[in-house]
Amino acid sequence: MDSPTVAVHEGAHHEHPSYQRHHFVTMDQQRESASFGMWLFLLTEIMFFGGMFTAYLIYRNWYYPAFVAGSHTLSIVLGTTNTAVLITSSFTMAMGVWCAETRKRSGLILSIILTLVLGLVFLGIKSVEYHEKWVQHHVPGLRFDAMTFVHPKAEPGQPVEPGLPLDMAQHTEIYFSLYFAMTGMHALHMIIGMGLLIFMLIKAVQGAYDDGNIAFIENFGLYWHFVDIVWIFLFPLLYLISRHQ
Amino acid sequence: MSSIVSLPDQTTARIPKKNYISNENGILSWLLTGDHKRIAILYLISITFFFFIGGALAGLIRLELLTPQSDLMAADTYNKVFSMHGIIMIFLFLVPSVPATLGNFLIPIMIGAKDLAFPKINLLSWYLYLVGGSMTLWAMISGGVDTGWTFTVPLSTHYLNTNVVTTGLAIFVAGFASIFTGLNFIVTIHRMRAPGMTWFKLPLFVWSNYAASILMVLGTPVLAITLVLVVLERTIGIGVFDPSKGGDPILFQHLFWFYSHPAVYIMILPGMGVISEIISTFSRKRVFGYSAVAFSSVAIAVFGFFVWEHHMFIMGVSNYSTLIFSLLTMLVAVPSAIKIFNWAFTLYKGSITFETPMLYAFGFMGLFTIGGLTGVYLGSSGTDIHLTETYFIVAHFHFVMVGGMLMAFLAGIHFWWPKMTGRMYPEKISQLAAVVTFIGFNFTFFPQFLLGMLGMPRRYAAYPPEFQVLNVFSTAGATILGVGYLLPMIYLVWSLKYGKIAGANPWQATGLEWQIQSPPLTENFIEIPVVTQEAYDYEWLDRQKEREVTQVG
Amino acid sequence: MSEMEAKHGEEHHIVSPKIYVMIATALLICTALTVAASYLELGPWNAVVALGIAVFKATLVVLFFMHIKYSSRLMKLTVGAGLFTFLALVGMSMSDYISRAWGSF
Repeated sequence: MDSPTVAVHEGAHHEHPSYQRHHFVTMDQQRESASFGMWLFLLTEIMFFGGMFTAYLIYRNWYYPAFVAGSHTLSIVLGTTNTAVLITSSFTMAMGVWCAETRKRSGLILSIILTLVLGLVFLGIKSVEYHEKWVQHHVPGLRFDAMTFVHPKAEPGQPVEPGLPLDMAQHTEIYFSLYFAMTGMHALHMIIGMGLLIFMLIKAVQGAYDDGNIAFIENFGLYWHFVDIVWIFLFPLLYLISRHQ
Repeated sequence: MSSIVSLPDQTTARIPKKNYISNENGILSWLLTGDHKRIAILYLISITFFFFIGGALAGLIRLELLTPQSDLMAADTYNKVFSMHGIIMIFLFLVPSVPATLGNFLIPIMIGAKDLAFPKINLLSWYLYLVGGSMTLWAMISGGVDTGWTFTVPLSTHYLNTNVVTTGLAIFVAGFASIFTGLNFIVTIHRMRAPGMTWFKLPLFVWSNYAASILMVLGTPVLAITLVLVVLERTIGIGVFDPSKGGDPILFQHLFWFYSHPAVYIMILPGMGVISEIISTFSRKRVFGYSAVAFSSVAIAVFGFFVWEHHMFIMGVSNYSTLIFSLLTMLVAVPSAIKIFNWAFTLYKGSITFETPMLYAFGFMGLFTIGGLTGVYLGSSGTDIHLTETYFIVAHFHFVMVGGMLMAFLAGIHFWWPKMTGRMYPEKISQLAAVVTFIGFNFTFFPQFLLGMLGMPRRYAAYPPEFQVLNVFSTAGATILGVGYLLPMIYLVWSLKYGKIAGANPWQATGLEWQIQSPPLTENFIEIPVVTQEAYDYEWLDRQKEREVTQVG
Repeated sequence: MSEMEAKHGEEHHIVSPKIYVMIATALLICTALTVAASYLELGPWNAVVALGIAVFKATLVVLFFMHIKYSSRLMKLTVGAGLFTFLALVGMSMSDYISRAWGSF
């Protein structure tokens, strides 16, 4: 009992996989550390988006009519499609993690490609939407004109929306500021994610994950699902404000 | 005067040939290292560099305030000088000071691990810090920034024509350095502890760094997004904080202080950890109320997220909300007081010796108490209205940050210097430095409390002539303080070559870091230790020594 | 297989594709529901329903896609801590915004 500080480490005779880093005692410890670290990073992401959600909540209560009007300029079809696309990509990514766990290389490659393609589709649709905002002078700061909300033009096949008083119409710029800040930050995360997906695709094709060293894939999966969650909130908050009006 | 220092026989003692410094040679072995101890040294060198820039700017501020007129520099230059002083000192010195240097060096050793959980991320953190620091310097050289360290909107977004964007992005980048440090610490402390090292056997330094890391991970991203929004508002004109578009500048304040108040605790908590270690070692007693001190760190971290609005009482927030935040602010005094009282009780009937780290620690206790108690004035919504934006608040946060944190930082640097370098600093001159720092500090900042009470506002280059006497006091004190900071710089460098060989445990301290050689091996431990003793168990240490003697004899 | 690996297999739960398919389907259905609900006239309940469905969807993703249901207590606590701090940010900020119009005392 009286050998307090130093004793021989019992696990030393175990076979360690080649990818275990020298400062971890067991593979479990390494895996848990990696996933815990990833979760802590996601906490920072929650707070990062949290600042914008707070701003959104406050301004939505202050300028509700402006938010309704701004929301109605977004295309519900494109938004819903994008939500479905992103959820599906989350699903394919989850399948990718499963393939990696069960060491199915071709399944993993297919999942990564599908996730990548769906991510591209999402960003493609997003850029169509951004372009539409640019054409309609709805980009805050750079190209913005509140008058379209004072005298709305009739959309073909739709009843004319009632116009807003001038001061409230000007506050749609706040809505669009938040729209671009939030979806822009989200899109930035998607772009970073797709860069990592391409990196993973190359590694997967080379067979780098066949030996069970899949912490990177698992943690990337967490990241990708987090990006999905952010969109799950952005979609109703930005697209679905009082659609019945 | 008695002393607990026990050094090996200087005629025969040698620095161990194999250690983390001598392990590899060449500049690349440092720049690409994954070793937490080397990264700590890299951080130490870089934060010292920024500290001296920040300090030089402080000198300029005090020189300008020597006379009532704005004569040394124009008012807008003065604005840039104090802004840069604040930005550099807070984001590039105080926030990383103890965690990134001492924490990086010691936490893995204290918990019995070979390294932090993510060595590469640790290195990345240092590089991000450097990028952030270089961008800040670039912003300073290419025209400066005069928003104050708070980047207040709409001043920063609409009215100033200085380098707000560069500085904002610099702080954004430096923020991620801090996030990665915190993330690494949390994972390491949870997952890398040696067998037998339970949470309640951890040294209190680890606890306080853990609490600070929580704040880094959860608070910093809010600052990051706030700065991004400021930069976007300035560059392309989105309108989240812009009152002319219906935005609310006070929302900026909410988001900014949601980070920047906890940031105060990011700065002070690791310092409190240092003090716990030192008080215990130099009074040869277990820290009184170990678990209370440990939990008070966590309590400070949690309460830290619920008090930020006390920075905004005069900014037009709701009175009812002011009431709530003012009451919650008082809560923070409780865990802070628990710490101070428990340190005092640790000293009670201890065998106290007065080595340099202990002198700095005493300085910390006194100055932090004054800083903390004046914080209660400022947290009370009534007195705050009179005192905020005056020199009272300047004096208050310098008592906490400089009197508290910087004292703790210097205490820690002296305390662990033998462990980091293998050599002792010179004792007499360092005691002198500690005393000079304490005197200089009080001369500099105590008059500022009086100035604040008299109503001298902060952030102006000129002031009414009747305030001059106290300002001259303050400037005179600043020169003494400057000497106090230059001394360690000189003799610590000197000691790298000429200091006495320290041996493994010069202080007869109990932490795991003192049971290994100094400077440590790259892998810290030859064999991962199994911990059975409590923290600060000096009897265990005596038994250890006895056994060694009997074994050797 | 050594004892250690057997233990880790138990700790590191592999979620079957069947569950992934079920969750993905549920998420898509919820998306359809939330769009449909936004066209109903529910007054203040519109926002509640929209947020409720979003929270439900997010919970599904966290629990199953992100494996929190099968993870250690520490991971669950970590997610909780993030949520708690986010709510502190929103809630304490709102304490200012909701009471600004109450006038002074």
